[in-house]
Amino acid sequence: MSDRAVQDEVSEAAEAKARGPSVATDEHPIAPYLRMDRIPHIWCPTCGIGTVVKCFATALEETGVNLDKTSIVSGIGCTGRVAGYMKLDAFHTTHGRAIPFATGLKLGRPELLVIVFSGDGDLSGIGGNHFIHAARRNMDLMVILVNNFIYGMTGGQNAPTTPLGARTSTMPYGNFERPFNLPHLAASCGATYVARWTCLHIRRLTKAFKEAIGRKGFRFIEVIAPCSTLYARLNKLGTGFNLMQFYHDNAEIRHGEDPRKVDIGFQEKIICGKFVDEERPTFLEMMDQHYEKTLGDKYVPMPPEGGMIHE
Amino acid sequence: MKADPAGVLTGAHYLDGDFACGEGAMAAGCRFVGGYPITPSTEVVERISRRFPMIGGTFIQMEDELASMAAVVGASWTGTKALTVTSGPGFSLMMENIGLAAMMETPCVVVDVQRGGPSTGLPTMAGQADMMQARWGSHGDYESIALCPQSPQEAFDLMIDAFNLSELYRVPVMFMMDECVGHMTEKVVIPPAEEIEIVPRKLTSRSVGEYLPYYADRQSVPEFARAGDGYRFHTTGLTHDERGYPVMSAECQEKCVRRLVEKIRSNADAIVRFEEFGTEGAEVVLVAYGIAARVTQMGMEIARKRGLKVGMIRLIVAWPFPEKRIRELAGEIKAFVVPEINYGQMVLEVERCAAGKASTVLVPHGGGGVHDPETIAEEILRAAK
Amino acid sequence: MSKPGAAGSKPVTAEAPAGRTEIRITGFGGQGVVLSGYIIGRACAINAEQHATMIQSFGPEARGSACSATLAVSDTEVLYPYIGRPDVFVVMSGEGYEKYHDDLKDDGVLIYEKNLVQPTVKDGQPTYGVPSTRIAESLGRSIVQNIVMLGFFTAVTKLVSREQMREAVKASVPPGTEDLNLKAFDAGCDYFDEEYGQKQSAISGQLSATTGD
Repeated sequence: MSDRAVQDEVSEAAEAKARGPSVATDEHPIAPYLRMDRIPHIWCPTCGIGTVVKCFATALEETGVNLDKTSIVSGIGCTGRVAGYMKLDAFHTTHGRAIPFATGLKLGRPELLVIVFSGDGDLSGIGGNHFIHAARRNMDLMVILVNNFIYGMTGGQNAPTTPLGARTSTMPYGNFERPFNLPHLAASCGATYVARWTCLHIRRLTKAFKEAIGRKGFRFIEVIAPCSTLYARLNKLGTGFNLMQFYHDNAEIRHGEDPRKVDIGFQEKIICGKFVDEERPTFLEMMDQHYEKTLGDKYVPMPPEGGMIHE
Repeated sequence: MKADPAGVLTGAHYLDGDFACGEGAMAAGCRFVGGYPITPSTEVVERISRRFPMIGGTFIQMEDELASMAAVVGASWTGTKALTVTSGPGFSLMMENIGLAAMMETPCVVVDVQRGGPSTGLPTMAGQADMMQARWGSHGDYESIALCPQSPQEAFDLMIDAFNLSELYRVPVMFMMDECVGHMTEKVVIPPAEEIEIVPRKLTSRSVGEYLPYYADRQSVPEFARAGDGYRFHTTGLTHDERGYPVMSAECQEKCVRRLVEKIRSNADAIVRFEEFGTEGAEVVLVAYGIAARVTQMGMEIARKRGLKVGMIRLIVAWPFPEKRIRELAGEIKAFVVPEINYGQMVLEVERCAAGKASTVLVPHGGGGVHDPETIAEEILRAAK
Repeated sequence: MSKPGAAGSKPVTAEAPAGRTEIRITGFGGQGVVLSGYIIGRACAINAEQHATMIQSFGPEARGSACSATLAVSDTEVLYPYIGRPDVFVVMSGEGYEKYHDDLKDDGVLIYEKNLVQPTVKDGQPTYGVPSTRIAESLGRSIVQNIVMLGFFTAVTKLVSREQMREAVKASVPPGTEDLNLKAFDAGCDYFDEEYGQKQSAISGQLSATTGD
């Protein structure tokens, strides 16, 4: 859209507002879920994170969850900024610590729906230890991990997810470290819901978010997203559009696939789908059941609204 | 308000410092603990994990100290009072999210049962060498509150104060025990709940539309809203404005950091606490804290028997430091003598405040035990000359 | 700068204040050394209104081999928590004896497990042995050996009254085991009365005589 066109649209919108309420609205459908006073966001043009946010907001809307009881926690990095744009109780924490921070929130007030929204470097690099332990405990968290194969915010350094052979600013001759296969990591540690989509799969991704909101325990959704500024540029892959085109041509949906078989190679097929969807008692359920069994009437669980002591 | 009786184990007990500390936390209303085992602090969480299921508290053993501290900050945002417990090596790891707690203005308490260091050091023996870390450990500018119990009884009593101070000023409070106090067993009297004064989490009275998470005067503390009450607030470790939104500017940084510092500095008189004895007419004043204060008192008694005029300041709150009183005394005495189980930490503060008006003598101890009171007495004699 | 004191060592020159009794209890891991120390401390601090600071040895030596607990009991506040040369040495294993017996004051009281420790008794050293393990076995549970020893200790030292120590035993042992433990405690006291009772007048006030009052 040209600058001129934008101006026209803005003035039209202003006029429409001046005319008073009408059937059409100038508000974006997901605006109520965003902190509009913080828009424009910091993401680059053709970055995939915005699309994931849109799918997430749509999932919140369509599931009708109580937004007052929903908290979002991010770490540091490009995706780490998501918490800052969502109109929920929002926590922009330290690098790698979104999951343990979220664990504290959930245990401090068990009635909350706690969502962790962060990047691959944050959650599987510096935060990798927390990731595996939260999955092991089946901690009641929904974890959305946007994987763009690179450290974007700091300028394109190697990530634990960078495919073999891909170039990054700290692997200028190509990456020779084996990357994580994140669905396999999550599933093998005990996650009860594991899915992967790309940000081209808008409907399926939204559906996965909705499904995960309705589940309990450690729910993990990996979203492959383009980083045009760094990953695409350093690897001469064109623009974000070209990466979306690549997803279109190379994403293959295989629901129920063995997570061991969903590795991502450089510019190779991306296996998507829902790989794990099981029900197992969560950390809180295990704790409650265990204490009820061992302590009986002596057990006093923390109330759903938390352990705050009132006057 | 008065303490919740559920957490208060009223009566006379024979407890070690770690257990007493745990009892203090529960009496203070702490209902979330995230921790990672480390000697010599582990008994604190062992005590708490035994009692918590019966009083509505949740303990979780996290995967490391980075996670423990992050979980504590997260839990505190629900209004649930939160604690973590560690020793030197874990304290180092916690610094990251102690900084986050300072920046987000999150009330919480961090217990450091100090052992000999650096690195793995002397896991089962006493040290006091984390005192500067308690003040300056996390990067950036912030003010700290640190308390130093010298006995199991004080480990209980001061724990209540630690939580109250953390609530009043919305800061992480450092509870600087040491291995000796943590592992010594003495009589601990726990009063009835109605005699324990608790500062409750003060929630904002503003409506959702009016609330700004970091709105406060230059020296005051913002009002708290907890996660799940409908305020849909935003908070961040980045430099932020009153809305809790990141603002990357020197101007916002100045405002943000100045208040983090000023809310403690301007209230220092209310926070500072020390015990003072025999300073009137004294030529030498001892300054000590924690377990070192007990043997320092013995050194003082020996020196007095030898005819010297010696007084003592025992720091109960180490940070903020009792600057005013030390400055006053500096003009009246010959020397300060500072025995501490490190190679010179709080002595630097004494020296700074003495400002050349009185000399300052460090009586160091590398850790692993306590001073010989006779050594302290000798240093007093030398300083008095 | 001055030389720091050694780990946990007694102040070299400072006199222990009058009215302070220092006790070391040692044995092997699993004998309930720490619990014995705890009960003595509790009896003194809670039931007899004295000051009592207990320190248990932490460190590699606490795992399996010689285990030790120390107590400083005083009618005034205990400032220095560690002990130096104890006034009373309670020993329940040969290894513990080897490790610590040199520390005992020349006129300090030695209390030992008769079948596990062969002490070399110095002239003038008050020495009391008890077959606490055998006695415990005769009660059906060797695990209460330390409580038998505790009864014997109480009878020897009169640090607190038997009743005060019994109260501390009751308050410190696992619920449901009180009767057995009190039986063990009484058996320890009885052994003293039978073996040393006739000499009682000679040693009454023994402890205060050895603490330099």
